[in-house]
Amino acid sequence: MNISLSITKTIYELLLGFLPEGYEAVADIGAMVVIALIYLGIFAVAGLYLVLLERKVAAWFQLRIGPNRVGWWGLLQTMADALKLVSKELTGTAKADKFLYNLAPYFVIVSALMALAVFPFTQEFQAFDINIGILFLMAISSIGVIGILLGGWSSNNKFALIGAMRSGVQTISYELSVGLSLLTMVLITGTLQLSEIVEVQKNGWLIVQGHIPAVIAFMIYMIAGTAETNRAPFDLVEAESELGAGFHTEYSGMKFAYFFLAEFINMFIIAAIATTVFFGAWLSPFGITESLPWLGAIWFVGKTLVLVFLMMWFRWTFPRLRIDQLLTLEWKYLLPLNLLNLVLMALIVWLELTIQF
Amino acid sequence: METTTVNNNFKSEEYFINMGPQHPATHGVLRLLLTIDGEIIKKVEPDLGYIHRSIEKMCERDSYQQIVHLTDRMDYLSSHINNEAVCLTVENALEIEVPERVKVIRTIIGELTRLASHQLWWGVMGMDVGALTTYFYGFRDRELINDIFEETCGARLTMNYNIPGGLMYDIHPNFVKRVKDFIAHFRTKLPEYDRLLTGNVIFQKRMRGVGILSKEDAISFGASGPVGRGSGFSCDVRKHHAYSALDKVTFKEALRTEGDSLARYEVRIQEMWESMSIIEQLIDTIPEGDYKVATKAVIKLPKGEFYQKVETARGELGVYVVSTGTKNPYRLKFRSPGFSNLSLLNHIAVGGKIGDLVASMATLDIVVPDIDR
Amino acid sequence: MDLMKVIKTEFMTNEALQNLISSWIPELEFNEEGSQFLNITVQPEQLHLLMSQLKTNSETNFDYLFCLSGVDWGKELGVVYHLESTTHRHIIVVKVKTEDRENPTLDTVSDLWKTADFHEREVFDFFGIIFNNHPNLKRLFLTEDWDGFPLRKDYVDEINMVIK
Repeated sequence: MNISLSITKTIYELLLGFLPEGYEAVADIGAMVVIALIYLGIFAVAGLYLVLLERKVAAWFQLRIGPNRVGWWGLLQTMADALKLVSKELTGTAKADKFLYNLAPYFVIVSALMALAVFPFTQEFQAFDINIGILFLMAISSIGVIGILLGGWSSNNKFALIGAMRSGVQTISYELSVGLSLLTMVLITGTLQLSEIVEVQKNGWLIVQGHIPAVIAFMIYMIAGTAETNRAPFDLVEAESELGAGFHTEYSGMKFAYFFLAEFINMFIIAAIATTVFFGAWLSPFGITESLPWLGAIWFVGKTLVLVFLMMWFRWTFPRLRIDQLLTLEWKYLLPLNLLNLVLMALIVWLELTIQF
Repeated sequence: METTTVNNNFKSEEYFINMGPQHPATHGVLRLLLTIDGEIIKKVEPDLGYIHRSIEKMCERDSYQQIVHLTDRMDYLSSHINNEAVCLTVENALEIEVPERVKVIRTIIGELTRLASHQLWWGVMGMDVGALTTYFYGFRDRELINDIFEETCGARLTMNYNIPGGLMYDIHPNFVKRVKDFIAHFRTKLPEYDRLLTGNVIFQKRMRGVGILSKEDAISFGASGPVGRGSGFSCDVRKHHAYSALDKVTFKEALRTEGDSLARYEVRIQEMWESMSIIEQLIDTIPEGDYKVATKAVIKLPKGEFYQKVETARGELGVYVVSTGTKNPYRLKFRSPGFSNLSLLNHIAVGGKIGDLVASMATLDIVVPDIDR
Repeated sequence: MDLMKVIKTEFMTNEALQNLISSWIPELEFNEEGSQFLNITVQPEQLHLLMSQLKTNSETNFDYLFCLSGVDWGKELGVVYHLESTTHRHIIVVKVKTEDRENPTLDTVSDLWKTADFHEREVFDFFGIIFNNHPNLKRLFLTEDWDGFPLRKDYVDEINMVIK
């Protein structure tokens, strides 16, 4: 079943109206470019505001106020920071591998932005609805690792190299857990397509439908997702008290901004995947605002922000894990637990013990 | 002569990292030369002297009252206790008996200093292992102590309140009340610290079994203070060579036997509880009297050698004076606790990982000006 | 007494210590005036022997070297060791002097007490005393190429020293 993506269609038809006959291909590409620009605009700004949210949340935990001078309530703070970063000199080390050094940040930011394309913000507002939605998301997030490894290697700096190696190991290990916990949920839905996953959740959010194994899958997913984005308590990649700044030590200006922004957008993506798969994307609980479809976007963003807040809470409370403890956690605890959970979920689906409303 | 940079037995798969003088985890200007193999540390060599100010040479030309002011800058987190060490040396050498009031006030302010130093240590300890919020909680409570000091002594960090013969001025009328309020407040906060950091399973895994120091090694390396007590070495100068009003109070010496970083951490937390108990025993009964005994303007110690030990927040500080009867010491040596504590860093860090080095160093609680003098 | 001690502890008075130690090596000088503790002056050749006896003998058991200072006595250069026993809690001071100012050499005690490693490096740095068999004798605080030994009484430095 294919749900029409009316936003793409609307733009396509609009462009087709302007062009003479026979130029459908151009209208097609034109529609894609316009969508890309809209998303880029929205999420670049959203990334900046997520940074501000992090600083305010951190300040709240630490009994202080956070940025409140630039703009009312500090709202223009990250705009000011972005302007400052753009105007900085782009230094580079003399012995750095120039091509890879310049290429690395692009891997990270491009993969982050690409993943945003498939999220169903509301029934209509979804840029790219392919039938392998979840697989696409996991594949794209794996590309980000290349950027980190390249960044650390090409900086020609021992600390950066240690940081990049640690990060590579960490991301590859935890991708496994992320994938398996999402797979556990796919057992209920029977499809990888994101819009259809939301359709299935009209009978109740998946975390409720799958009860016990779904809750376990959610907890494993949150832990593994935090590790994927190199956030505390798994942030030894950028452990400031140990290594300076890890793999992005030698970057400054706009390139540093790409790494930094990509981390926050990744956090948003992890939360958005969790919202879509576990918490019903744009569906309201018990269908209370069914009649106002545009409210779906607000529900989606609201649920995502709650999960983002949870990840920020982790960061400012827990100490950091050491690299071997981190890998032990994944390979000896999370992975077997995940596999057992998968079997449990399969049993529950087969015996039709899911809770349906 | 070999240089300090290259290890003679350098194998090709090891590499060499400099935790340079400016580094968030080294608590001051300390340079550590690490030889590591992957993540395992093979050798740690500290490179000292970045903040060496030749205090010992300066003491040979300054008068005893001036020397007191130099001692604040050594271990600036226990500055009052450093001052007390020199003043006690001079008073014992000249056989001056200071009034009871002075002894009690010196002990109270000394214990408050110890509390402030441990609060800062706790905040920075959390930050080093990654729990960034603890820094603010530690400093928030430390500010209250600093305010008490500012009112009575005039300064927040380098207090210079002691002079040979007593105190520089009498305590402020608000002192007793403010200290009592602070103790009541801090008694509710310390359990909060325990819940936030000590009980956390990630923290315990980072600290348990890390940086183990046996009792024989602790004695051999001259480890004192919480570092020694965490390994079972009973070295509290307040118990064995009591000074000022410390023989009148009862408190338990915090001892642990495991010798790992968690043991040293727990020793300091227990010391904070014991300090509060000492202050409570003394604060209500400060004897009336003078706040100083008059000494000559030019102090000359009799010919001979004098040694005084005190317990700072870091460990045992010793002042060794060789005097020939003139107004300056012939030789003055400070036995600094951080110096001996740092020498065991190579012993406890080898074989562990870089993260363990950071955690162990945070529990050694070194202040580099204390080492470099 | 501290409940943690299970070894039989016996604090020895200065007299008892003097009697015991002089029975090992006859040519020692004992002095108690001008100091709180018993001072022993030993010749450089017998330093290591005396120190290892002091540490290993179970009645003295001086296992805690808490202060190692270098002193320039004017004519001689010397080192002063403050030793304490953690079991018996008596304290003793050992002094050793050498008249050779060009090339002063003493034995190291870092094989007995590991804390001596850094302390002897500090004495080498500031006084120039060379310790035989030290594992890593090089300057500690000052830079490698520093000229002279600052804590000696005849040290002259017009730039860095402020003399009143």
